[in-house]
Amino acid sequence: MRNLAIETVGLNFNFGNQTIIKDLSLQVPKGSIYGFLGPNGAGKTTTIKILLNLLKSPNDQVFIFGQELNQNRIASLKKIGALVEQPAIYGHLTGRENLINRCILLGINKQKAPEMLALVGLSDSANKRAAKYSLGMKQRLGIALALVSDPELLLLDEPTNGLDPNGIIEIRNLMIELTTNHNKTILVSSHLLAEIERTATHIGIINKGQLLFQGTIDELQLLNKPLLEIETNRVAEAMEFLKNQQIEVISSNQKKITTPYISAEDSGKLNTLLVQNGFTISSLSIQRKDLENLFLDITKQN
Amino acid sequence: MRSFYISLVSEFYKSRKTLAFWAAILLPLIVCSLISFGFFTNSEKILAYHYPPMLLWARYCSASLDSMGMLILPFYVIFMAFSVNNIEHKNDTWKTLFAQPLHKFSIYAAKYVYAVLLVAICLFLFAGLTFTYGHILQVLVPQYNLDQYNPSKLLINSYSKLFLSSLGILSIQFLFSVLWSDFLKPMGIGFVGTIMGIITASLQWKYAYLIPYSLPALALRISKVKKGDLFDFPIFTSEIWTSLIYATILFILGYFIVSRKSIK
Repeated sequence: MRNLAIETVGLNFNFGNQTIIKDLSLQVPKGSIYGFLGPNGAGKTTTIKILLNLLKSPNDQVFIFGQELNQNRIASLKKIGALVEQPAIYGHLTGRENLINRCILLGINKQKAPEMLALVGLSDSANKRAAKYSLGMKQRLGIALALVSDPELLLLDEPTNGLDPNGIIEIRNLMIELTTNHNKTILVSSHLLAEIERTATHIGIINKGQLLFQGTIDELQLLNKPLLEIETNRVAEAMEFLKNQQIEVISSNQKKITTPYISAEDSGKLNTLLVQNGFTISSLSIQRKDLENLFLDITKQN
Repeated sequence: MRSFYISLVSEFYKSRKTLAFWAAILLPLIVCSLISFGFFTNSEKILAYHYPPMLLWARYCSASLDSMGMLILPFYVIFMAFSVNNIEHKNDTWKTLFAQPLHKFSIYAAKYVYAVLLVAICLFLFAGLTFTYGHILQVLVPQYNLDQYNPSKLLINSYSKLFLSSLGILSIQFLFSVLWSDFLKPMGIGFVGTIMGIITASLQWKYAYLIPYSLPALALRISKVKKGDLFDFPIFTSEIWTSLIYATILFILGYFIVSRKSIK
């Protein structure tokens, strides 16, 4: 528990009769970028709201840096900065005033406001009313608001929503910078694996309120079994032949047959076997599902 | 306590550019200016009545007091209680407010106290501007002889009663605006309540004092009925106690609602 920034133990949460979160056991190590993935409506935002004590969780199911959340609400919230759903910004105040207001609430020096604006690239729009900001600018301001208290743990709910490719890269780099150089822990939710697979050190995949996978990116890759694609001139006959040889065929199309990849040696033997039996093999290649497809497969399972 | 103080400072900071805040200043400024302008332009007619200074002050003060007590104050309180919470509903900021490392009670109490302060500022300005404009009128129309009577007691007692009697409405409307994000529900109930309050107060229904919306009108009525010493009326009368009891119960009830509120 000592090395975990967030731990939920068999967390359950219902809205009335509807179960939103079911037996969720998150384990977010300190210093990690934890990609919290799931399709829309999977329970990601609900989980983040539970972690912020905005939604009441049962006692002894949520721990922030080892402390039970309900019993230590204020102490836990002091360590957390969050961006939940759409950034919550006072539209009639300027970007700078929004940050100053947050500084007032947190009892910190107002000088942090311009620093944060510079960090998220909003210095030029500091005195513009936040209602007039574009979605991307609002998102940046939301991130600045989450960062202003210099929290140990950041909860970012789909932070790249509405950002252009440059903005997405900047947020990605900022997350890496915060964890590597400032020892922060980040839980970042997304419905797109591709968006966070380059930055996340750990992944949790949730669907319909249940955690389907939790582990490092490498562990996720291990689930991803490689395939051998064989390009041949007579697909139907080759398939028949392989089946007779007790070799599993996963799929096929007009040009290619896909079988499980076992080893380079086995692939060579298979090639020889096919050639010796009169098939022309134009290519053999190893294929891996990309993580996005793997993610889709995992979330389809329940 | 620190949590409450910073929440209160934040309430001021974020609402200082809103109509709810400026209404507390502009409302007394506009109403008192219009009444004084009327007294200035109609000075000949008014002088024809030959009011003694005390009665002239009473007429001058009651021009703003009556309109305030009957209509403006209840509606201002309803609007302001709505605005203080609407700033969070409109911007969807309840979630960030309650995700700050602050006691929920401090956040709630600061909002409530801020609303109370705005009413207090508004009524204090009414009293202050009535007093100041009265003396300016005296300079402009020396025949009024307004300088021969000190209306401080009348103004302090009347506006203190109005302030205390408005706390019941404030608390009930504050609760509504915490519960509902839309404008129509609290405003609709407030509007119907105020009309009901005015009717029951003017019909002198014996249980009118149980309706929070009738309390400002009742508070002023009683002050006028006491004829013995016109301006030496007690502040803490039954309707004021009713208002304070309503305010206390609803404030506590509001906190229980807020503390159990799930931010969906």
